[in-house]
Parts: sequence; C-alpha cells; structure tokens
Amino acid sequence: MNSLSKQIWPWRILTFAILFIIGASLWVATKKIDYTWRWNRVPQYFLYHAETFENIPFDGRILSISNANGRSTVAYLSESDEKFSVIVETDSLRVSEGEELFEDDSIGSNSEWKAGPLTMGMLMTLWLSAAASFFGLIIGLVTGLCRVSKNPTLRSLSSFYVEVIRGTPLLVQIFIFYFFLGTVLDIGRLVAGISALAIFAGAYVAEIIRAGIQSVPKGQTEAARSLGMSATQNMIHIVMPQALKRVLPPLAGQFISLIKDSSLVSVIAITDLTKAGREVITSTFATFEIWFTVALLYLMLTSVLSQLIAWVERRLAVSD
Amino acid sequence: MIKTVDLKKTFFGRNQTVYAVDGVTANVDPGEVVVIIGPSGSGKSTFLRCLNGLETLTSGHIVIDGTDLSDRKTDLNKVRREVGMVFQQFNLFPHKKVIENIVLAQMTVRKRNRPEAEEKARMLLEKVGIAEKEQEYPSRLSGGQQQRVAIARALAMDPKIMLFDEPTSALDPEMVGEVLDVMKNLASEGMTMVVVTHEMGFAREVADRVLFMDQGKLVEEGTPEHFFTEPREERTKLFLKQVL
Repeated sequence: MNSLSKQIWPWRILTFAILFIIGASLWVATKKIDYTWRWNRVPQYFLYHAETFENIPFDGRILSISNANGRSTVAYLSESDEKFSVIVETDSLRVSEGEELFEDDSIGSNSEWKAGPLTMGMLMTLWLSAAASFFGLIIGLVTGLCRVSKNPTLRSLSSFYVEVIRGTPLLVQIFIFYFFLGTVLDIGRLVAGISALAIFAGAYVAEIIRAGIQSVPKGQTEAARSLGMSATQNMIHIVMPQALKRVLPPLAGQFISLIKDSSLVSVIAITDLTKAGREVITSTFATFEIWFTVALLYLMLTSVLSQLIAWVERRLAVSD
Repeated sequence: MIKTVDLKKTFFGRNQTVYAVDGVTANVDPGEVVVIIGPSGSGKSTFLRCLNGLETLTSGHIVIDGTDLSDRKTDLNKVRREVGMVFQQFNLFPHKKVIENIVLAQMTVRKRNRPEAEEKARMLLEKVGIAEKEQEYPSRLSGGQQQRVAIARALAMDPKIMLFDEPTSALDPEMVGEVLDVMKNLASEGMTMVVVTHEMGFAREVADRVLFMDQGKLVEEGTPEHFFTEPREERTKLFLKQVL
C-alpha cells in the first residue's frame, strides 16, 4: 500500500460517515411522523403471480379428470348432455370426478407470472427515451448541420427552431403536441409524447453538434479540400467523426436528461415509470417506498447509459 | 503550368481593408521549383492559398494547367486534386491512422480501390522514409514525421503541382533537415513546386527561381544566384541583410 492510498482512507471513512448520518436522520425523521414502512408491498408491483379462475358456465357434472405434468384436463357435461373440457393446474383443482356443479362454481385456476405496473412503466420509459433519443439525434444532426450551413434560409430556420424550443418549457410543448397537434393531425398520445421529446432533445443536440463541428480546426477542412474532397466528403470523413468524438460527453448528458424529462409525458396519460408509480401509490398508500423505488429505477437507467457512453469514449480515445 | 495575372485578394475587416495580395502577375513553368520569400504579412501564404482555391480571389486570373480558377464554372475540386498542398501545421487527420490518412482521398476522390490505394500509400511512406509508422496515429509521430506523412498524403493524389506553405516553420530545428531532404528529392524528380519558406539555404540550393514579396506585391524575382548576390531593389537588400 503506498502513501497516497493510506492518506485517502480517512477521507473515505468520513464520506461514508456523512452519508450514514444523512440516512440515519432521514430514518429518525420518518419515525417521528409515525410512518409505517411497508417495503414488502413493493416487489409485487414488479412481478406478480396472476391467478385466473375457471368457472363452469352452467349447471353440470364432472365427467373425468386426467392429470399430466401438473395440469389436469377436466371434462364436464352440461344438462343437455353436451361435453366440454377445460385445463387447470392440478394443485388448484376443486372438484372430483362425478361431482354435480351449479353455474359459476369454480373448477380450478391457472396462474402465471406477470410483469407488474412498475416493470411495464420502466419498459415504457425505456421505449419512450430510446425512440425520442433516436429521432432527437437525427433531428439534431440535421439541424446542427443547417446551423453551420452557408445557406442563409437553412441557417435562420434552424436557429428559429432552436430558439423556440429552448425558450419554452417542455411541459407546455407536450401539452401543445398532445392537445393541438394531436387534435389537428389526429395522432395518438404515444406519438405525440415521443415527438415532443424528440423535437425538444433535437434542439439541444443541434447546438451540441454545431459546437462540435466548429471546434474542429479549420486546417482539417483545408487539408481535406486541398486533396480534392468535396464539402460533403469533408463533412462525412473528416469533420463529423472528429466532432462527434468531442461532443460525446455533452451528448451523453443530453440523453440522460431526456430519460429524466420523459417523466413529464405522464401528464398526457402515457403510463411511463412516473405514472405507474402514481397508480401504484393509489392502491398501496406506500407513498415513500414507491417514490424512492421509482427514483432508484431512473437512476439505474441513467447510470447504465452513462457507463455505456464512457465505454464508447474509451474506445474512441485510442487516437489521442 | 501556373499563370497568375494581376491577382488581387482583399480582406474586408471590421474597420480596415487589407490588401493581402495586391496585383501579382507571375508564372511557374512545368518542372520548375519556385520559392517565395518575404517578411511576415507580405501575402506570400495568401498568394499560395489562392493557387488551389483555398482563398477565393478578389480579382485577376489564375490559370492552372489551362483552367482558369476565376471562372465560375470551374470545378475547384477537380483542380485541387491536381494541386497538392502541404501546410505549416501538417493538418493530418488525427482520427485516422497514418496509412488511412493517405488512403482516404485516393479512395474518395480518385476512386481507387483499397488494395491499390494501400499499395500506393506504402510506396510513398517508403519514399519519405517512415514505412514503419503506417499503423500509428499521427499524434504518436514527431513533427518531422508528421510533415513527411503530409507530403506523402498530397503526393498520393498524383498531383501535377505541389504547394508548400512554410512546411518547416512549425518544426524543431533538428527535424527541418529530414523534411527538406524529402522536398529536395521531389524537386530532383522534376515535380513542379511552389514553396513559401524562410529556409534561405533551401531557396539557394533547390530553387530555379525566387520571388520576393512585400506588402502584397511582387517586388523582385530572379534566379537564386542573382537574388542572393546582387538584388536590385532596396527592399530586397534590406530583407536579405536581416535574414542572412
């Protein structure tokens, strides 16, 4: 162990101590308001065991039961001597052969594992952010290129778009997309939500791309052009690769923001992670637990993304 | 090969107008090595950059191999592939390996296939004496090595003319020699070259003709013997007194 790591240990301990004190005081604070923590209620909203009951639709009689692989095929006869059959799990079987049943009596049930609302919400958030990131990146690339274009119309249009989007709140944009464009163009809430997020992210991505392109030294373009490459070839082979490498960190920040901003689409009744959390709270009243869980899930999504980008960055660093 | 007629390049600043090149009429014959010297800000680099269209000229004519650059219909990209350029700051593509630096334009501009382009690149790297560095990134190379790669990159396009814009000015003194050697070889092979430089030794030894520029104007031109031993103009005498 060298002297540097020896010196760092007391600081680490101090860090953990501070974190521990913060945690402990939160715990004490919740003790004081008499909040009963029910963490055991949370897991079922990720994954639950759904049971569907099979009932006899009329008065009838059980004809035969045959068991195979933990499942039973139950054949039954209606009063008009018609034969039906149903498959249920053997463990859940509530009838025996020859038994007379009345309408709606339960024969047995089938159960399966189902993804709960929090899982579905997380998948929705993931899908929203992925789709919005993809389109946002494309919009941003095109707009960024327009921003540095020689054509005055392209330049003004793109800066107008950037100014409008950056100067209005995302929440308002989502409402406009849903209530105005949604009505005029007859688009669904999901399309409206994704478009609003993509167009919002696109404006910021455009500025990042523009800065990246302008940060590539002029000499690079001069060298490429002096070799006879066209402006487009120069952009594709020389400027863009260098610009994208430089803008990767701010771009990552933008997409991480997008994951978080996607929580705002819950206002137009898209059941993303945030809305799923709200729905779960209405049925559990485990307000604290669910919001902490939801926050943790967002944190998971964003840290996976930032790890991914860090990995790409390391790979691109070989030419430095 | 190159002919300029009353070439003018003017930069319009916020509150000043700079006549960077002010009516230069000159010509370069095939196979000739022309060295342009002059004090800083004399417009010699701007003049050179006009020759391959990196600067658009304000007025006058540049005729390269029969094509007039001032004609709006001229495809500059076509002219540029015949005119190689080497920069003071090398301007290698930092995100590409040495060999890719040389292969790229051959494939995109000359439409050569990869094996052909790579073969050419290796041949040229051999020629400039750094064949072993083909898989390195430019940032791992010394300045002299980078400049030699840049020369190889320009040569890969099979240019008819090579322009050198102060190719040794950004180099450590001990690396100047290796770059000048490559240029001397090139000159002895009969390449048409226009060189802006402060290396008076190179000018004296290699140039067929020396142009002296000051304040955007072509002050004097002549053979190195004439130029360095018996200059006519007062301005030239003054400049030579300071640099020699």
